[in-house]
Amino acid sequence: MWKRFASNIGAMVGVVLLIAVIAIAIIAPMLYPGGPWQMVQRPFLVPFTMEAYPLGTDTLGRNVAAQLAYGAQVSLLVGLVSTLVALLIGVPLGAVAGFYGGLADEGAMRFTEFFQTIPNFALAIVLVAIFQPNLTSIILAIAIVSWPPVARLVRAEVMSVRKREFVDAATLAGLSKPRILITQVLPNTVSPIIVMASLMVATAILLESSLSFLGLGDPNAMSWGYMIGAARTVIRSAWWLSFFPGVAIIITVLALNLIGEGLNDALNPHLSRKGRA
Amino acid sequence: MDTFIAVLSRIAKAVLTLLAIAVLNFFLLHAAPGDPAVVLAGEAGAADEQMIAQLRERFGLDQPFYVQLGKYVWGIMQFDLGYSFRQGMPVSQLIMERLPATLILTLTAFFISLGMGIWLGVAASARVGRASDSLLTTLALLFYATPLYWAALMAVLVFSVWLGWLPAFGFETVGANYTGLARVLDIAKHLVLPALTLGLFFMAVYMRMTRASMLEVSQMDFVKTAKAKGLGGAAIRRRHILRNAILPVVTLAGLQAGQLVGGAVLTETVFAWPGIGRLMFESLAARDYNTILGVFIVSAAMVILFNIITDIVYRIVDPRIGARS
Repeated sequence: MWKRFASNIGAMVGVVLLIAVIAIAIIAPMLYPGGPWQMVQRPFLVPFTMEAYPLGTDTLGRNVAAQLAYGAQVSLLVGLVSTLVALLIGVPLGAVAGFYGGLADEGAMRFTEFFQTIPNFALAIVLVAIFQPNLTSIILAIAIVSWPPVARLVRAEVMSVRKREFVDAATLAGLSKPRILITQVLPNTVSPIIVMASLMVATAILLESSLSFLGLGDPNAMSWGYMIGAARTVIRSAWWLSFFPGVAIIITVLALNLIGEGLNDALNPHLSRKGRA
Repeated sequence: MDTFIAVLSRIAKAVLTLLAIAVLNFFLLHAAPGDPAVVLAGEAGAADEQMIAQLRERFGLDQPFYVQLGKYVWGIMQFDLGYSFRQGMPVSQLIMERLPATLILTLTAFFISLGMGIWLGVAASARVGRASDSLLTTLALLFYATPLYWAALMAVLVFSVWLGWLPAFGFETVGANYTGLARVLDIAKHLVLPALTLGLFFMAVYMRMTRASMLEVSQMDFVKTAKAKGLGGAAIRRRHILRNAILPVVTLAGLQAGQLVGGAVLTETVFAWPGIGRLMFESLAARDYNTILGVFIVSAAMVILFNIITDIVYRIVDPRIGARS
């Protein structure tokens, strides 16, 4: 499986890009001990004119390169944690619905459908606006709008696995139902969940950046979306302030998507042979 | 008759969903930090003591919880979305004024992205494995990773600021007072950038989906039969593969209507497009929760309506669906 993943050029490009972004996020405090909010030079310094500040400065004279580095921390943190929370909601719900069927299934699926009908970005805006923008509310809002596909996926996987013979064997061996679900059925659904999770981190990063672009970011955390939102009004005179953070988002999201697709092809080779997109 | 019953049950479900969203809204208003009456009045100091007392009475905030809930949901059923103290008019009126602009934008973006996405997906699948296919797939992957609002800003930079081809913001030229066809053309000119940038992401989604679906269907037996009959490649693609491959794409497109409406908030913000998305953005800064929740419920209603329409269109296009259920 690793061989198949490693031979996928796109996936390897994704891994390299992601490692670079993670490294920048980790060494940000060492590179820029003054933090992203410190004013270091005159405002609107054009990129590539001063060696110390290669990406220029923003409207208040803050170092754009430092802001980008600290922004990577927020993007990765929010992307990862909100995906984990979404999995914590979606996996148990989908597993119970798929395994027990009947009323549990009916109820869980109505609930999931309801959340899928609501326009998810609008719901995220409402949640963050009402609970005040901070990292916790942002992470929870993103998790709340992203778990429904997980629940559907897990339900479908569990439904197909629970009919297999080894599950009957476990029942005959006298294992209790919850135990069969957790120790026998769920481990067999892990690979599609991993694929979906890696794509969800990418979507969560896009969502976080969109929220902070609208001014719904954590006021104490520098983020890429906030940088673009703050630079929006000066796009005519200082294009680089909007341009660089956007490139950072694209690189990170692209890396995660490439990895997700690589994992998908490696874990489900029978699908990849059909020449999926 | 079956279709009729199916559509009826679909509508009943839609009404239930909207009711549930109204209840959700109610709880969100109460979850907001602080006194709901103050929250409703907006935190900007727009409310004095007397007004807050009036609000308390009007929404029955001194009454039991379930009475409050009933009043709120009953109000929403009559399209009473509350009053925006910020804008000085009822929220429903504000939204009705702004809705046409949003409908024009989202529908244009939807048809552009679906049309272009299917077309490019078919083109890529016909050239599978060749350089042009790789180029298209790579581009789609790139668009797929691009934040909507960033694409919009860059489009403004290139096509308005640098090239001066298209207007950067607004719905029409202010003060020009165009009428008839001239006005339509003026609006269309203002619509180009918002619709294209909103559609870009979805175009990438539909293109990837179409390509995958085309390749999957082209493996099926009936395609082999068509080839054996001696039909040409283009005719098989158009008449046999595409017709079957397009169904999952249309389903996906219907499901993604919600995302399109959400994306409109970002696009309208960048282009100062006077729709409900822009209204939501303006209300965020003012903490005008009544308006924010009003836009939320109206956009949910739009998505539900859109899903019902897709469902009906689908039943007409593919009669097998009605027969199966």
